[in-house]
Formats: sequence, C-alpha cells, structure tokens
Amino acid sequence: MFEPVLLKNVDVQDGHLLSAYEAGGGYQALAKVLRQDTPDEVIDLVKQSNLRGRGGAGFPTGMKWSFVPKRVDRPKYLCCNADEGEPGTFKDRIIMERDPHQLIEGLAVSAYAIGAETAYVYIRGEYVTAIRRLEQAIAEASAKGYLGTRILGSDFNFTVHIHRGAGAYICGEETAMLESLEGKRAQPRLKPPFPAVAGLYASPTVINNVETLVCVPHIVTRGADWFRGIGPDRSPGPKLYCLSGQVRKPGLYELPMGIPLRELVEEHAGGALPGRKIKAVIPGGVSAPVIPEHGLEVGMDFDSLAAAGSMLGSAGVIVIDDATCMVKVATRIIEFFHHESCGKCTPCREGLNWVVKVLRRIEAGEGAPGDLEQLDRLCKGIFGNTFCALGDGAAMGLQAALAHFREEFAAHIEERRCPFH
Amino acid sequence: MTMREKIEEAAARYPDQRSAIMPALLIAQRQHGYLPGPVLEEVADILGVERIWVYELATFYTLFHTEPVGMFHLQLCDNVSCMLRRSEDLLRHLEEVLGIRKGETTPDRLFTLSTVECLGACEMAPVMQVGDAYHGDLDIARIDALLDRLRAEAGHPAAAAAPPGE
Repeated sequence: MFEPVLLKNVDVQDGHLLSAYEAGGGYQALAKVLRQDTPDEVIDLVKQSNLRGRGGAGFPTGMKWSFVPKRVDRPKYLCCNADEGEPGTFKDRIIMERDPHQLIEGLAVSAYAIGAETAYVYIRGEYVTAIRRLEQAIAEASAKGYLGTRILGSDFNFTVHIHRGAGAYICGEETAMLESLEGKRAQPRLKPPFPAVAGLYASPTVINNVETLVCVPHIVTRGADWFRGIGPDRSPGPKLYCLSGQVRKPGLYELPMGIPLRELVEEHAGGALPGRKIKAVIPGGVSAPVIPEHGLEVGMDFDSLAAAGSMLGSAGVIVIDDATCMVKVATRIIEFFHHESCGKCTPCREGLNWVVKVLRRIEAGEGAPGDLEQLDRLCKGIFGNTFCALGDGAAMGLQAALAHFREEFAAHIEERRCPFH
Repeated sequence: MTMREKIEEAAARYPDQRSAIMPALLIAQRQHGYLPGPVLEEVADILGVERIWVYELATFYTLFHTEPVGMFHLQLCDNVSCMLRRSEDLLRHLEEVLGIRKGETTPDRLFTLSTVECLGACEMAPVMQVGDAYHGDLDIARIDALLDRLRAEAGHPAAAAAPPGE
C-alpha cells in the first residue's frame, strides 16, 4: 500500500497552518540542509534522486539547477510556476490551499541550493484562496524565522513574494512567465539565453513547478534512494494525478509514478459513469495526445507515455466516455489553444484560427470532403514551426484525435450531422 | 490604505517599477470595479512608468476589464472537463433565467455572464467562479439557489457597498 507523502497534510484539520506543518515534521529538511549540507551537496542529492520537473516537460531538476553559474555579480532568482492553467489540472491549487508551508519549505531548500535570496511565486489570478493561504503561510514562516535574514542561525537569507497572474495560459511557459513578471505582455522569449543564465531581470533564474518544489524537502529528509525506489528508475517518485471528466470519482490522487493508466482510472477513480464505457483518456492535460481505451495499459511516467505517442504533461487525466463526440472534444480543445495563443508567431495565431473554423463546420454537419486532409496539412504546418510549445501541443493533440478516431470525424462529413446529437 | 499606498507597497517587492503594473492594475480594478482610461493613466503616474506599458497589459490579460462588469461576474468554465460534465446545460439555463447571452450584463447591472477557460478545479466540475469564490459540483438547482443568494446579498447594504467582482 502506497503511503501518500505530498498529500499527507492535505486532509488534516487546519493543515495549512504552521503548527500543523511542524507537527508533521515540517521545516526539518530546511534545518538539516542549513546545518550540514553545502548548496552543491543539495544539488547532487536532487540529481541522484532523478527528480524530473512536474510542470509538464519532465526536465531533470538537479541538472536544471546545476546550469546556474556559481559566481555572478547579479542576484539569482527562484521562480515558482503556480500558473496552473493546463485544462484538467488542479494539483498545485490543492497543495497551496491546504499545505502552503510544504511549498515554502521546498522553495527555501531549493533557493539555498541555487544561491537565490529571492523567490517569486507566480500564481494564476483566479486562485484567490491559494493566494491568501500562501500569504498567510509566508507571514507565519517569516515570524518563526524560516524566512528572512540569517535563517535558523545560518548565513542564508531568503524572501518569498507572490506575483498574482491575470489570466493568460501562456504564462505557464517559463520565458513568457518571466516577461509577465517583468511587467510585459506574456510572450515567450527566444532561447538561448536560457533562464539559468539570463532569466528574470537578465539574472540567473530557475523556474520550477509547485509539485517539483514540494518533492525536494522529502528527498532531503528521506534520501535520494527512497525517491528513486518509487516507480521507474529514470522517472521516479510519488506523483499527483488529477482525475476529471466522465469518471465516478474525480479528484486528486497521489500514487507512484508509472502506475498503469488503466489502474488509475478504473481502480482508483472508480471507472466509467454508470451505464457508460470509457472511450478514451487524455493523460496529461489537453496538450497531451488522447489515448484510446485499448491503450490504457501504458504506465503513467514521462518515458512510457512518450513511447506511447503521448505525454505525462501535468498529469491532468481527463476521462471521455462512449456518449461523447470526439469531434466536439477536439474542437473545444483547439478553441482553447486558439483563445490562449499569445499572437506572437504566425503558425500558432493563424493556423489555429483556421483549424477552429474547419473543426466547427465538421461538428455542425457542414464539413466537406477534403476537410480531414486539410486538418492534417494544418497540423503539419503548425507542429515544429511555432515559437513555443503551445502550438505543438495543439497540433499533436489534434493529430492523435484524427489518427485514433478518424471514422468518427469522417462520419460527421458523410452524414452531414454529428452522430451524437 | 489609499490606492496609491497599496500600489507603492506592492511595488516595493520588485527591483523594477514595471513589474508592479500587474499588481497595481489588480488593486485599481478592485477599487474602481473596472479599468477605464483615466484609471490606467493614474496607475502609470503612480508608478512613474510609460502609459503604453499599462495599456498593453490591461488589454492582454483576461482578468482585466476595460469595460464595466455587473456586481456579480458569473464566470462559468466550459473547458473540456466541465463540458464533459454538461456545463452547456448550465450556460443555457443561466442565459434563460437571466435573460442575457454570454458576454452580456443584466439591465439592473447585477450580473455579467461569461464563459471562461479552465479554472483549475476540475475535481468539482462543472464549476463557476463568482467574484473570488469557486462554486463546484453545480447543477441547475444549485445555480438557482446561488442566484437567489446573490440577489439577497445585493439587497443587503453591506454587499451593495462592496466592489464589483473581477
């Protein structure tokens, strides 16, 4: 039986308060690294753990940290990506609302490792409760000496600020987030330079997701071997899975990385709604290509999902049943990407506009022969030709829907109506 | 605290005043309900930044409103997870009982109805944000009860004095 680690305080009464966090062993990891570890030792530990970024890309966290130059005459920054906007994802909100100190400790240990004295937590503007809880937790932690100057008697100084977003999915892209933090429109930057070298205010900057950061104190306390012992060795650790859509028990589940998607959906989340059958599952937020029912044996980790032609992404698992039209789902997803395109590059801005028009007419029963081939061409024109991953995610998702459910798309055109209406 | 003091306090968190434009706009919107041109210019003057910088943010991010919104801004999520839980039925019902289409405000200026992208609360889909609060696991009966509560709140003087929703 897997024992939750990241969610262990989430259902505790008043678990968001410092007293509850300390009672569960909170801030012991921070005390430990400040007492006995050099920053490089913390980076090595995180490297050994094989922790990979939980925001979606799965980049090795310790390696990302090691790209930060050691000696620079500028301040270094740690940014926390809490702009959770990937449809189907709600894990970071629940952590910040119910266990904000876990994030603060993760920030403090990570900042110590990279040599940053300031962190900005970029939280999407809609998350008002999460923002209030985190503000309260920062005040509590500062009063108790876990934040501020000479933390726990060491030479480490560290301050956490909250930056509230204002509604733009693209801010989840790390360089767009930096633009937004600098008070600009959130449009992704050209790389290189990478943020580790020249990020926020042109200073060395590390950007990590909330879930990534909260793994760090547990790695410090329990060791890299413990972390690597959970799930696949190259993609290990406890993992948060967000279950939603047409499933009996939607909710947040913490289980080992690599758990079969079928077990997650059918055993943990209770399977399909009464009288329905599962038709397909989107495993990692709407940027992740859809997996048809017969593919649900795949393991929920970065490498297994990539091999299966999809991705773990944000682990927003959206269950779709047999009463649902895949053209409608695909149309809604592309409408989302079209709405959220920042407008910087042409393939994304114009290509998605075109795709939306074609999909809407197919769903309305007004599709024409050749429309599916037109969609194939548009996907090819977008994928790999956009400035950031937003356009790629949109194109990959649509290509997968067209590949797995082509007959359903074709039926709309042949019958001149949506067969589900 | 005055709006200026709140904005100056927020600006102290950053090494560059330009970074404070977003928090300043959120503060100004809470104060004024929305962000008309003169408010944008006031924000620029308080921070001592270019006015165009303020305008370009106010028109890029969806939580900023350059037009007035009703006292209660009903923001119904219709992204995939909510759609799969029949958010469309709720939208149709809201349009019917409020007598407006999405994007519109009731003539009494009580309600503005919008659909929004994923609110990040899919475990309680279908979900709607009203002001700061999330309302989840919605059905038509719960929507009706919520509208009744909001109307009652609007009749209450304390509620009427509160700033309009964002």
